Amino acid sequence: MQEQLQNKIMLYWLCQVPKMGAVTIRKLWEHFQSFTDIYNIEETKLQESGLLTAAQLASIKAWKGRLGECMEAYQKLASRNIHFITPLDEAYPDRLRELYDYPMGLYVKGRLPAAEQPSVAIVGARGCSAYGGQVAGEFARVLAQEQVQVISGLASGIDSAAHNGALRAGFPTFGVLGCGVNVCYPPSNYSLFEAMVNCGGVLSEYPPGEQPAPGHFPRRNRIISGLADVVLVVEARERSGSLITAELGLEQGKEVYAVPGRVTDALSAGCNRLIEQGAGVAISPGVILDCLGLKHGKKLILHENNINGLAKKEKMVYSCLDLNPKHLDEVANACGLSVKECMGILFRLELAGHITQTASHYYGKNIRK
Amino acid sequence: MFSKVFSGALKGIDGSLIQVEADVGSGLPGFQLVGYLASEVKEAQDRVRTAIKNAGFRLSAMKVTINLSPANVRKEGTAFDLPIAVAVLSAYGQIEKTDLLRDSAFIGELGLDGSVKPVTGTLSLMTAFRDAGLKRCFLPVLNLQEGLAIEGIDVIPVKRLSELVPMLNSQQLQPAGRCKPGSERPQTEYAIDYREVNGQRLLKRATEVAVAGHHNILYIGPAGSGKSMIASRIPTIMPPLSSKERLEVSKVYSVCGMLPRGKALLTERPFRSPHHTISPQALTGGGKVPRPGEISLASRGVLFLDEFPEFQRRTIEVLRQPLEERRITISRAYGACEFPADFMMAAAMNPCPCGFYPDRSRCTCQDSQIRRYMGKISRPLLDRIDICVEAAPVTFREVRGEEENESSAAIRRRVEAAWKIQRERFEAMDFCFNSEMSGKEIKQYCVLQKEEEAFLQEAYQKLGLSARGCQRILKVARTIADLDGAERIGIEQLGEAAGYRGLEEKYWGREEY
Repeated sequence: MQEQLQNKIMLYWLCQVPKMGAVTIRKLWEHFQSFTDIYNIEETKLQESGLLTAAQLASIKAWKGRLGECMEAYQKLASRNIHFITPLDEAYPDRLRELYDYPMGLYVKGRLPAAEQPSVAIVGARGCSAYGGQVAGEFARVLAQEQVQVISGLASGIDSAAHNGALRAGFPTFGVLGCGVNVCYPPSNYSLFEAMVNCGGVLSEYPPGEQPAPGHFPRRNRIISGLADVVLVVEARERSGSLITAELGLEQGKEVYAVPGRVTDALSAGCNRLIEQGAGVAISPGVILDCLGLKHGKKLILHENNINGLAKKEKMVYSCLDLNPKHLDEVANACGLSVKECMGILFRLELAGHITQTASHYYGKNIRK
Repeated sequence: MFSKVFSGALKGIDGSLIQVEADVGSGLPGFQLVGYLASEVKEAQDRVRTAIKNAGFRLSAMKVTINLSPANVRKEGTAFDLPIAVAVLSAYGQIEKTDLLRDSAFIGELGLDGSVKPVTGTLSLMTAFRDAGLKRCFLPVLNLQEGLAIEGIDVIPVKRLSELVPMLNSQQLQPAGRCKPGSERPQTEYAIDYREVNGQRLLKRATEVAVAGHHNILYIGPAGSGKSMIASRIPTIMPPLSSKERLEVSKVYSVCGMLPRGKALLTERPFRSPHHTISPQALTGGGKVPRPGEISLASRGVLFLDEFPEFQRRTIEVLRQPLEERRITISRAYGACEFPADFMMAAAMNPCPCGFYPDRSRCTCQDSQIRRYMGKISRPLLDRIDICVEAAPVTFREVRGEEENESSAAIRRRVEAAWKIQRERFEAMDFCFNSEMSGKEIKQYCVLQKEEEAFLQEAYQKLGLSARGCQRILKVARTIADLDGAERIGIEQLGEAAGYRGLEEKYWGREEY
């Protein structure tokens, strides 16, 4: 028992050493079988293994003196509500073990996705359209209602919309970060971040305190796709990080689905490209559920809200709207009402949840299942 | 021989009475000027001496001492040239009858040829002379109209020093005739009009509401969407200045020497649009001897801040206090001055650095960039902006359109009615607009019925309004109800007012990395 703990702490230490990637650590582990040994062994032996570059050796040497510091930090993790989960632990997600470059240590706030429950990664553009955000949110909500764990990257845009959608259904959702788990990036997602720690979890392979860096995000994508059974891309430009996730998913043998878009839409170009290359066409959440082999009731098709029961003028204003947000002036011109009247009606429709104000005075219809 | 004449000095936008004393006596010939003088006043001695000579007076070589009293008040400006000249001539005995001097004031700058040139601050000085009980004022011809604006004191225009002395000696004074009252009425005809603005119905409506309740307004929209065009027309829908307001504003302009030439008082409501590189001092007023800044020049009118986020943070922050207090006190080395700053603030900004947000197909800004841009504006200042509107994309039909738009005059009539209602409502208060209501007055004047209360509660909960946001909605709803002539605030008014809340509010005042 003591030995195991010792081994894990040594792994923690190794994870803190700069220049050590997941694959290198794994290879060292396979070679030496124990992390305690890796720490204690002579430098020449390490060198002889042929697994390390000169820079990595130097780095390990430099960090040997900081073991005590690392141990202290390790002890403190618990008090910061951060779990350190490694392949040595049973709690380590089985889905990740199949990866060639599975992370050697995961820092987790909240909990990890359950192995026995299906999970879907929903990814897409950060600067998504209002429509894309709504679609992502509704897909996530419907899937979460059917007990599917939604995985994403807690970025702005599609990611946040998906997490929020899943939270609306009250089902755990998981975010994989490109920074330490105690760093909220983007900061505007702070409340979402907090909610997810309580319902689901946030995880990262970067140690706490690590700031977001451009290189981190593509690498965490392998964890997003790795944790999922199906990867769903909602809106992506032709060259987009979401396509990396889809590609990684394919390499890992996951099903990839894309939400189709208009052919002229730059924000959907990536999705359409995926479909052209053979990805599944996600025309409704039902398609994803079918793929996961989950039974579901009636057809799950997304459509606009039912507007029966609205007053005549409200119906008129509503029918002038679109999924693409329109400015109040356009709406007022289209339905022939005064700005003053139109504004009041739009506000009531917004309160009733039929429409959303996406930016100041831009209104778009809401999508519902 | 000793003589004494009256003149005036400016302090801020107020004038104070100054006695110019001259003594001519025997001693080493010379010209001595004392009394806490700025350098332009000290230089007066050369101008005066030469002007007197060129006006045809011969002065014998004697010791001349001039004192400007009270000697502890700082004196600036060139208005002392004429009184000094008169005092010297009188001390030399060139002006024989001195009883006229006892109830006269003199202001004016002298040219070397003896001509009398215009000065700044005539309005304030004249007010001070009248209040001190003087009967007449001799002033430069070019300041005549300004002088005539003050009633209760005779105005005698002077072109040259050489004609002033015979006038005083003959005691035949010809005060300038006042024009018939009402001939210079406040203007309601403007060169620009809302009729010229096609489209942008929301912006126009929001502007109407803002003016009606004197709410500050923020326009958000891409370049070329008509924000400045609409803002610059705000004065055209404001009711004309009252005579008290005209005098107050004109004093500021007079002190700054910015009154339109030949006009006695400002006739239009001011519209000031300082560039975003302006310094805090230029905005509020400043200088060793405080002078009014842009906010005072915009008093009773509009201060328009285009490219709002580009203003320096420090510059914008200084607006907070004057927005509350409607005036500003500037304290500097030579004393403190209070200036009016009762302006309506209109600000304009792009929705994001590239200007196309929320059109995601064209906007290439990242969310964080947009938020950083929004975050440049300080929260406390935005709390003072009740109305926030986004400009619509302009369609071709609107660009080329010849459609009939509502004229400024028609909008102004509605605004006037709303102002009247507010004046009556706040008669006993020291303010007169809905936007200035505090919590207590909101409770008193924004009473909601049951249905409306429930509506507001729902909005509060569902839309995550803040307490301040809620108050802003109530104030604006009160104004809309006043525009409608309605006594009670209804659901429609609340709904419209809620529409003017800033949606990007959550990003404001949060500069991100």
